[in-house]
Amino acid sequence: MSDQAYFDYLLRLGDDSLVLGQRLGEWCGHAPTLEIDLSLANVALDLIGQATYLLGHAGTVEGAGRDADRLAFHRDALDFRNCLLVEQPNGDFAQTMARQFLFSTYQRLLFQELAGSTDADLAAIAAKAVKEVAYHADLAAGWVVRLGDGTPESHRRMAGGMEWMARFVDELFVMDALETGLHARGLAVDRAGLRPAFDATVAATLAEATLPPLPAHRPVTGGRKGHHTEHLGHLLAPMQHLQRTYPNAVW
Amino acid sequence: MTGTIDAQAVMDVLATVPDPEIPAVSIVDLGIVRGVDAARGAVRITPTYTGCPATLAIEQAIRHTLAAHGMGHLSVETVLSPPWTTDWISAEGHEKLRAYGIAPPSGPASLPAGCPRCGSMRTVEVSRFGSTPCKALWRCQDCLEPFDRFKCH
Repeated sequence: MSDQAYFDYLLRLGDDSLVLGQRLGEWCGHAPTLEIDLSLANVALDLIGQATYLLGHAGTVEGAGRDADRLAFHRDALDFRNCLLVEQPNGDFAQTMARQFLFSTYQRLLFQELAGSTDADLAAIAAKAVKEVAYHADLAAGWVVRLGDGTPESHRRMAGGMEWMARFVDELFVMDALETGLHARGLAVDRAGLRPAFDATVAATLAEATLPPLPAHRPVTGGRKGHHTEHLGHLLAPMQHLQRTYPNAVW
Repeated sequence: MTGTIDAQAVMDVLATVPDPEIPAVSIVDLGIVRGVDAARGAVRITPTYTGCPATLAIEQAIRHTLAAHGMGHLSVETVLSPPWTTDWISAEGHEKLRAYGIAPPSGPASLPAGCPRCGSMRTVEVSRFGSTPCKALWRCQDCLEPFDRFKCH
């Protein structure tokens, strides 16, 4: 039985992982050191693994015969439901790590809660993935501290990365009518309820990194409705090129 | 097909399937094979990491090996819950990893791993993320060799 609201929710979760995984993949072969290159590629792989399971599950819930690949490669930017944070350009390494720290800290809390979802399939994916996300969050927090509490130049760059990414944080915790309804059914998480723990972790890490608190910005939102920044289309074009040019190509 | 499935015979066949990334150990040693459901004729496997690129290769290797042993009628199912943990790596698997030059999982990452080459405990983590999702990169401060450490997970 198709459940449009729940399908949309699973797209939100899956698209976050897919888009950030693809973004991090852009670092492959370009990172500052070999070890960091491997780290970023590993995190990207984990995220794309999450996306494969989440979008596969979304396709099953939709019941229209679309699998994870179909959903990843044959939707337009307007049909993507990821948050705006994950589609932001990598910038320099500090900006990438600022984004990763904010996202992984949030996703760790989210998946911890989702492991208790009344949907056993989603709960299993979340319980599996949260162990990996803990590594991502630790890696990113380590770099936030190392760069923030590093040289004047690394401090300036990490502060700049946080300054840019901060405006996309509020969107991670917005509860709209769709998610409020799913939360009442025990399927979805109360995002707003994750905020205090998120704020506490971020504040502690920024303090350790000798960085200022996250700046207050007018929140930028819209990703969950398909209103994306210009960056998403440029990310999807190379990702989807082969499947759009040769539909259903396999090897 | 007629006759009941001998789950142990199936497990014995699966024990000959090497892990594609770490061929020194089998998929049974690593705990990737969760069991054989004899009633339903299914082999149940679990991925180590959600994004492990070897997952597909493992499934193909299982199908190929089962077919070669006249067990091609068995299905292969992926199960996620409960999630895989390094506790499922067998004692034999630990020894095979060490002999292959990979420090087996042991305690939290904050504690040093024994160097699989010289046994020294004077080792340091170089990177939490190594050549595959399941391994971290470490270095021995006595024999100075780098080595992979299976992450406790």
